[in-house]
Amino acid sequence: MVPFILRRVLLVIPVMLGVSIAAFLMSHLVPGDPVSVMLGETATAEDRERLREELGFNDPLIVQYGRYIGGVLQGDLGTSIRSGQPVLDEIVERLPSTATLTLSAVVVAAVVGVTLGVVAAVRGGGWVDALIMGFAMLGISVPTFWSGILLILLFGLVLGWFPIAGEGPMALVLPTVTLAAPSAAVLARITRSSVLEVIGLDFIQSARSKGLSENMVILRHVLRNALIPVITIIGLQFGGLMSGSVIVESVFTRPGLGRYTVTAIQSRDFPQIQGIVLVVAAIYVFVNLAVDLFYAVIDPRIRYG
Amino acid sequence: MMTEQSLTQPPVGLTGPRDAGPLEINARLEISARRKAWRKLRRRPGALIGATVLILFILVAIFAPLIAPMDPLEISSNRRAAPSSEHWLGTDEVGRDVLSRLIYGARVSLRVGLVAIGIALTFGSILGMVAGYVGGWVDAVIMRLTDIMLAFPGILLAIAVVAVLGPSLFNVMIAVGVESIPAYIRTARGSTLSVKEMEYVTGARTIGSSSMRIVLRHILPNVAAPLIVLATIGIAGSILSAAGLSYLGLGAQPPTPEWGAMLSSARSFVRDAWWIATFPGIAIMLVVLSLNLFGDGLRDILDPRMRN
Repeated sequence: MVPFILRRVLLVIPVMLGVSIAAFLMSHLVPGDPVSVMLGETATAEDRERLREELGFNDPLIVQYGRYIGGVLQGDLGTSIRSGQPVLDEIVERLPSTATLTLSAVVVAAVVGVTLGVVAAVRGGGWVDALIMGFAMLGISVPTFWSGILLILLFGLVLGWFPIAGEGPMALVLPTVTLAAPSAAVLARITRSSVLEVIGLDFIQSARSKGLSENMVILRHVLRNALIPVITIIGLQFGGLMSGSVIVESVFTRPGLGRYTVTAIQSRDFPQIQGIVLVVAAIYVFVNLAVDLFYAVIDPRIRYG
Repeated sequence: MMTEQSLTQPPVGLTGPRDAGPLEINARLEISARRKAWRKLRRRPGALIGATVLILFILVAIFAPLIAPMDPLEISSNRRAAPSSEHWLGTDEVGRDVLSRLIYGARVSLRVGLVAIGIALTFGSILGMVAGYVGGWVDAVIMRLTDIMLAFPGILLAIAVVAVLGPSLFNVMIAVGVESIPAYIRTARGSTLSVKEMEYVTGARTIGSSSMRIVLRHILPNVAAPLIVLATIGIAGSILSAAGLSYLGLGAQPPTPEWGAMLSSARSFVRDAWWIATFPGIAIMLVVLSLNLFGDGLRDILDPRMRN
């Protein structure tokens, strides 16, 4: 297992290298003159030249990348064109709000999704199963920017149970539900099929035949094995939820990375955009690393050569 | 997952006279496979409902100018009017007919979904088959690039592409297409690897078939089924992503009647004009739901092993 862990950890290096190259290249791949795009049409030739010099666009690409990655490794993600602030500071300022929303959505999605999936599988073929799977199908088909608006309308405006904006735990409820719903649906579907697969295996039959109650069989034997693949999916969902929060934050006007991203793109502030891309991808890569390592530890069946 | 009990009964095509030639058996097998697929489809009402709704939407998109009661761009002083006999689904914040905008919006969404997945399917399957068939360093390079693309979670890759190209509906199609490529590469590569060493492929190689011919004649047909399934469900996802980007203001620009963009402007009026915010969402949900239902059914028919 140790060689596997080592190999898996080392794999992060080329991927992060690639991500940094991709983020770096973004401002160079802009069709036309990137500097005019960033400054808008009103800029003078002088302004453009100044920014080009400031961003180091006059140097060879490889020198520019070296400088970029050197800065990144020292925590320098560049300076925003719009605000003049260090991009890292701006991201760090907004990260807690997005992280809170993402994490609460991961927890809600995992608990609700896995529970529903197990119930559906245990009642396989019955109306409970059909109902849960119907809801799951709906869950993966409803856009969050619509379900969010409907929740605002119903629970925020008509019933007045939850605030529709602002900070604090009560204000977190509706965005969390909105963001978590599609993931819960995905997890319910995967958990169900995973449980059904395990239930059909021989050792479950022998657990039953030695007289264990059905609940014990499900809890002790089925879930332990069926949930292993589900954990990987939860890890993958984490990244989807983090980038999905862009949409949910803008529905609920939360001051997180989401709004920051949208305004950064609209004003074509490339240092900001590159910073966001790099930070979010890095978080995601490391979460996946953690999930994979966790997976290697808990799954005794898999021996990674 | 429903498993078919077809193993217990001989396929219809094999119960014929024993002296049937191989060609004849082949033809019968093909007919019976089709018949069986149809039977399976009938047993999955969800897939049938999905296909029906989908066809309806496609018809609406094609015949939008004939169906729409009004010009989707025509503004009037009749702003935020509730649904009535004149405006079945009401009017929006500048007095445009919501129903007409929804009908034209079907064109936009279906086109975005098809183009995006067309891009992903084309590039993904070519790269995947090349990686799987050629192997070696070509495989390594393609797969490492795929890993890097997969390091951008969910919609982030599409957001990054839009950031580079600039916000527009056309760029959203490219962005969502690029975002979807890795899944197709992986699927095409996996299927290619599984058939590459089969006897008929090595046989073709022995008789001197070119690599191009082998990939097109022998590998592609085996890779096609899982890719088609992936594409059907992928259209659903890409319509959602594209509408999401338009909701954020990064896709379709006003006054284009795009469902996501319609919801975006409706967000501010939800208290007074629920209909502006409700119907575009229902439209998106119905299209995505029907594609998902149809895709699920298709998966069971074409590729019972593939799940999730």
